Amino acid sequence: MSLKIVVLAKQVPDTRCVGKDAMNADGTINRSALPAIFNPEDLNALEQALRLKDAHPGSTVTMLTMGPGRAAEIIREGLYRGADNGYLLTDRAFAGADTLATSYALATAIRKIGEYDIIVGGRQAIDGDTAQVGPQVAEKLGLPQITYVEEIQEVKDGRIRVKRHIDGGVETVEGPLPIVLTVNGSAAPCRPRNAKLVQKYKRAMGAQEKAAITKDGAELPYASLYESRPYLNITEWSVADVNGDTKQCGLSGSPTKVKKIENIIFQAKESKTITGSDADVENLIVELLANHTIG
Amino acid sequence: MANFYTEHPELKFHLNNPLMERICQLKERDYRDKDEFDYAPQDYSDAIDSYDKVLEITGEITGEVIAANAEGVDEEGPHCANGRVEYASGTKANLDAMVKAGLNGMTMPRRYGGLNFPITPYTMCAEIVAQADAGFGNIWSLQDCIETLYEFGNEDQHSRFIPRICAGETMSMDLTEPDAGSDLQSVMLKATYDEANNCWRLNGVKRFITNGDAHLHLVLARSEEGTHDGRGLSMFIYDKNDGGVDVRRIENKLGIHGSPTCELVYKNAKAELCGERKLGLIKYVMALMNGARLGIAAQSVGLSQAAYNEALAYAKDRKQFGKAIIEFPAVYDMLATIKAKLDAGRALLYQTARYVDIYKALDDIARERKLTPEERQEQKKYAKLADSFTPLAKGMNSEYANQNAYDCIQVHGGSGFMMEYACQRIYRDARITSIYEGTTQLQTVAAIRYVTNGAYAATLHEYELIPCAPEFEGYMNRIKDMTRKLEACTNAVKEAMNQELLDFVARRLYEMSAVCVMSHLLLQDATKAPELFAQSLNVYVNYAESEVEKHFNFIRKFSAEELLNYRK
Repeated sequence: MSLKIVVLAKQVPDTRCVGKDAMNADGTINRSALPAIFNPEDLNALEQALRLKDAHPGSTVTMLTMGPGRAAEIIREGLYRGADNGYLLTDRAFAGADTLATSYALATAIRKIGEYDIIVGGRQAIDGDTAQVGPQVAEKLGLPQITYVEEIQEVKDGRIRVKRHIDGGVETVEGPLPIVLTVNGSAAPCRPRNAKLVQKYKRAMGAQEKAAITKDGAELPYASLYESRPYLNITEWSVADVNGDTKQCGLSGSPTKVKKIENIIFQAKESKTITGSDADVENLIVELLANHTIG
Repeated sequence: MANFYTEHPELKFHLNNPLMERICQLKERDYRDKDEFDYAPQDYSDAIDSYDKVLEITGEITGEVIAANAEGVDEEGPHCANGRVEYASGTKANLDAMVKAGLNGMTMPRRYGGLNFPITPYTMCAEIVAQADAGFGNIWSLQDCIETLYEFGNEDQHSRFIPRICAGETMSMDLTEPDAGSDLQSVMLKATYDEANNCWRLNGVKRFITNGDAHLHLVLARSEEGTHDGRGLSMFIYDKNDGGVDVRRIENKLGIHGSPTCELVYKNAKAELCGERKLGLIKYVMALMNGARLGIAAQSVGLSQAAYNEALAYAKDRKQFGKAIIEFPAVYDMLATIKAKLDAGRALLYQTARYVDIYKALDDIARERKLTPEERQEQKKYAKLADSFTPLAKGMNSEYANQNAYDCIQVHGGSGFMMEYACQRIYRDARITSIYEGTTQLQTVAAIRYVTNGAYAATLHEYELIPCAPEFEGYMNRIKDMTRKLEACTNAVKEAMNQELLDFVARRLYEMSAVCVMSHLLLQDATKAPELFAQSLNVYVNYAESEVEKHFNFIRKFSAEELLNYRK
């Protein structure tokens, strides 16, 4: 069966390069000191999507990302590896989004895309490390989800079987399509960019990137190609394009408020395991409230 | 993220050489593919941009995947079971990455699924792959055998075989036999025509075949019964899918462990003729070898770069007597010399690649239409330059790779002798470069005619007319002086009219010619990009001048009677 796959990917500052100048004095990220990269676990997710496409001829892989105009780079990086198309959610109203507002925006965009069998993203982004966006997207769309996926083993008869990474091992689980998956960093690394695809898509741009080139009256190089080759135009979607509610987007849709940022050094040597039982979760909430981690 | 392309701006400098414009125009036939193929360039700057981007992909794979696997591949090596080769696990991962990146059949036309890249950017890829793992470099870069099949095979063979190579199947060139190494005229592998099945059958043994279990083999075999020399040999295509060739053993080698060197047994193996009968050695293998020699030159430059990287990093890190050893003249002399030989050798490599590109592109155009008289002249000029430069590029770079690997270990001191450091692998891997695809001694044989007929001297005099930066005039004069000494030696040897004497001093004349050429090329490069090459120009001319002086003294003082004392 051919599949419609949506890959959720994020452009993130490369926190592996964190040095002294990584943060500004006001506690925000100094983006000029940290190069923008494809979130590593989203690359693992892309690879899983491309493998499904290889195994199921006729399948399509659609990239979906949210960010400023330059985040179109994420779509290009997907196209270079075998994705078929992509959408960039970009609007001032999306800015400042926490995981709730991000998952709201992504979910509205996925509804706009309309057809999907598998939505797959990385487990978490290296800037926020929350691992919340994938699960929240699933909840908002009312879809089942499998997190910590290490390998997709089979898609057949409307069901998917995957190996997922758990503490101390792996477990194999099944779920019905459509479904949301988040992929763990221990999954197969993403394939390299392909020489032909890079040559084909290297000029693909979103409207904002084109505008940045032409803003001082410069001509857009190879301008006629954007008419004869529509795939070179990366679609940008605003809040209105996805019929979004601005109140639920960006800063206004984000209950998370950053009070303070400080450097901490982890000192705990022991970890504890909490089950998914209501009692355990409740105890954890009580504990976190008591020590002011939340609330 | 390590990237073996972007980390070395010298490569991009060579990619932007002005001759590339003509090369692209010829190779792209004035960009006629641009509407038919979505990945074809629109114009020259688009083409260069695409090469640059593809080199970046190669640089990333080599930096992140192939380099990381190199040590494991060196230890594990390939295995032979049931007549087949099983690559080391790292080799398989490397191949998978290269195939997924679409870096196969790079120079083949797009209609067969190739990238239609000129030889020059392809050679750059070969260099950076070898920098990460020279042994893997062999498996990957044997794809350039397809050039020979493209040049001499027929349309039907093109459409059946070239797309497979573009899709990632590998190749081998089966030439050497137990009794036919440097002397390929003695090849005995028997080719007989099977009338009943309307095909050729191969029987016999080949030895030292790199990647001998490849999907497609180009095989040199004796098709003319009763003959004993090169005129009885033809070239055949053997397809592994047809069966009939088994790997008897994999050689246990000093270096390039990842590259399986095989002994092959042909048992009535079905094969088809490539090109015409009897032209196997005298025409096709010569073309094949010229391509392979450029490949070994690239491999050698990659090894030199690896040697330089390792030596430099260690010399900066290692402290003795209270300071980093790079601060000691005895050490920085070695490092500067490695870098100078690397820069000079690389300049020679890409100058050669560009010469090859122009004449090959014109050759290919000639298969479509008649060349204009100007194009014919251009074709002739560059074919001659390519023929004369290829043995210089192969011989000198392979010798430099060995010298640089030796010095790299020397910089490491006792640690360099231990197996923990990468320099020992570079040293072992480099050793073969001056032997296979024609030893340095055979490169000298191929080159000496261009010394005696004045071809190198003529090129050098043309180079003297290329303006250099005013501050480099001194170097120009010194190189001119070196060239005069080369000519004086050449004339003296020619006047002696003694073939044995000429053969005896040939290597010295060859090296004198080569260092003069490389000095000029570095002078041209330093004029354009002093920030990259001015230091190496200085170091290299100092070195080259002393080499010329050494050979000049030897040849001037040497008399033919002394040969007696050298003969056994």
